[in-house]
Amino acid sequence: MTDSQLKEDKNMGTEMGTEIGTEVKQADNASGIIESGQPVFQAKDFNLWYADNHALQNINLTFSENEISAIIGPSGCGKSTFIKALNRMVELVPIVRTEGHILYRGDNIFDKKMTVEELRTKVGMVFQNPNPFPKSIYDNVAYGARVHGIKKKKILDQIVEKSLRGAAIWDEVKDRLNQNAYGLSGGQQQRVCIARALAIEPDVILMDEPTSALDPISTTKIEDLIQQLSKDYSIVVVTHNMQQAARVSDKTAFFYQGYVVEHDDTSAIFENPKDKRTEDYVSGRFG
Amino acid sequence: MQLVDKDQVSKSLGGRLIRNNIMKFLFLLCTLVGLVVLVTLIVDTVLDGWNYLTWDFLTSFSSSRPENAGVYGAIIGSIWLMAVTAPVSIILSVGTAMYLEEYAPENRLTDFIKINISNLAGVPSVVFGLLGLTIFVRQLALGNSVLAAGLTLSLMILPVIVVSSQEAIRSVPSTVREASVGMGATKWQTVSRIILPAAIPGIITGIILALSRAIGETAPLVVLGVPVSLLVTPNSALDTFQALPMQIYNWVKMPQEEFQYLTAAGIIILLIILFLMNSVAIYIRNKFSKRY
Ligand SMILES: Nc1ncnc2c1ncn2[C@@H]1O[C@H](COP(=O)(O)OP(=O)(O)O)[C@@H](O)[C@H]1O
Ligand SMILES: [Mg+2]
Repeated sequence: MTDSQLKEDKNMGTEMGTEIGTEVKQADNASGIIESGQPVFQAKDFNLWYADNHALQNINLTFSENEISAIIGPSGCGKSTFIKALNRMVELVPIVRTEGHILYRGDNIFDKKMTVEELRTKVGMVFQNPNPFPKSIYDNVAYGARVHGIKKKKILDQIVEKSLRGAAIWDEVKDRLNQNAYGLSGGQQQRVCIARALAIEPDVILMDEPTSALDPISTTKIEDLIQQLSKDYSIVVVTHNMQQAARVSDKTAFFYQGYVVEHDDTSAIFENPKDKRTEDYVSGRFG
Repeated sequence: MQLVDKDQVSKSLGGRLIRNNIMKFLFLLCTLVGLVVLVTLIVDTVLDGWNYLTWDFLTSFSSSRPENAGVYGAIIGSIWLMAVTAPVSIILSVGTAMYLEEYAPENRLTDFIKINISNLAGVPSVVFGLLGLTIFVRQLALGNSVLAAGLTLSLMILPVIVVSSQEAIRSVPSTVREASVGMGATKWQTVSRIILPAAIPGIITGIILALSRAIGETAPLVVLGVPVSLLVTPNSALDTFQALPMQIYNWVKMPQEEFQYLTAAGIIILLIILFLMNSVAIYIRNKFSKRY
């Protein structure tokens, strides 16, 4: 590598914002503005505490139908906390207390009428580290359907095949459906976990840093998959990889110390952020 | 500047290696002392009792004449005892462990119960015998029946199974639990379909080890007043019975020398039972233990 090339690379570093900008996902329609569908999730003045730690402060955010929404921000800013609030998984931590509303298709998820089982059936989740059950690949994917009372082998077979195809892993596992899911590579396990989430035909899929434990090739596969899935599902994906947010998402929310600093079209966040902190973060000056 | 003096380093090397070998030898010696004593005991017992392990010995009731005495009543009685102890202790303790690990709210009371269950595991067995005598034998008027003794032994091994089951349940990673409840499964579905199947090898191992402790236990049975000589086997759990460790304990006290050989033969049978139970536990642990 020559000196001048090195210098160019350095320049790229400081101007990462614009550099990424060239590969930011572009709006499909002619006007250039991404049109939003029905709101799926609306957070209204939402606050969350872990005991005394005010982890989420006055969050107001709307995620819309069939969009890929990315949540970015430095470590510890509340990304995981927020995405886990959306399906109330955050309540598994006993010291959690919340205030304000989160509406899922118009209904407050903290309302007594809403059971967590019902909410989580509609709002599926993929976790940071692949977490298949210690069961066969087939039983992993069929788990959700069985939990919801589907017993017929024929229907389960169809669900398993459709979900594994949907998660782009059918060809790799179709000959070993009865083998333990732990025999797969990390990237394959994560796609089985995505298939498992698809199998209950959710409305929304939440993903908390789904590729952070994976190698670059598996990461690319999952990113492609996320794009594919957005045709049929609304997706919220947490990432602290900014290139990933830029590549896959339509809208991006920037979280910082428990606040939403900026929420806009992904191209706007990366190409002309309104807030100085957003600009600093997406250009790699901190994080 | 060199802070590490290479000469000094190489000089001290010899001493360090010698000390290392001395410690290795000392630890080996500790192991051998225990092992030699144990092997001597077993060999001595087997030599004493081997010739008395006959078919007649296995099929005869106890008797005051050593040439007629056998362990039939004691073996059948011990089987009855386990038939009560096993289901009672398993249901109560696995249920307790499940509640404490999966359902109980996290508060001081739960912590207090958890700590004291482990403490209970250390209570001497004779204390459980006294408890059983007061509650089951006297107050519930069960007498020295299979049921009273079985309930007493169940209480005795309850904390042991609870603690080992808790450990087995806790070793199922929380990420797997989250995956299940994250799909809309209820707590019970998660427990019954994911957690129990994953924890069951550990739970069963704990159960077998606890039961093998119960089957060899003598002190509580002495306190409960279990008879040492009986010419019938129980027809129901409310009948009185004999037990293998009690039979052995009784023979040890006999004056005639021949009874000492019968004692050895009885011990061999108990050892064989314990050995088999432990083998099953080890087999289950190795065969079914999950990896994550
Ligand atoms: N289980 C928990 N118990 C207590 N505090 C927590 C817990 N999980 C997260 N927090 C706190 O909440 C804040 C946000 O954490 P998190 O949502 O995990 O951030 P991120 O996912 O953006 O890295 C941090 O200050 C963290 O210490
Ligand atoms: Mg996180």
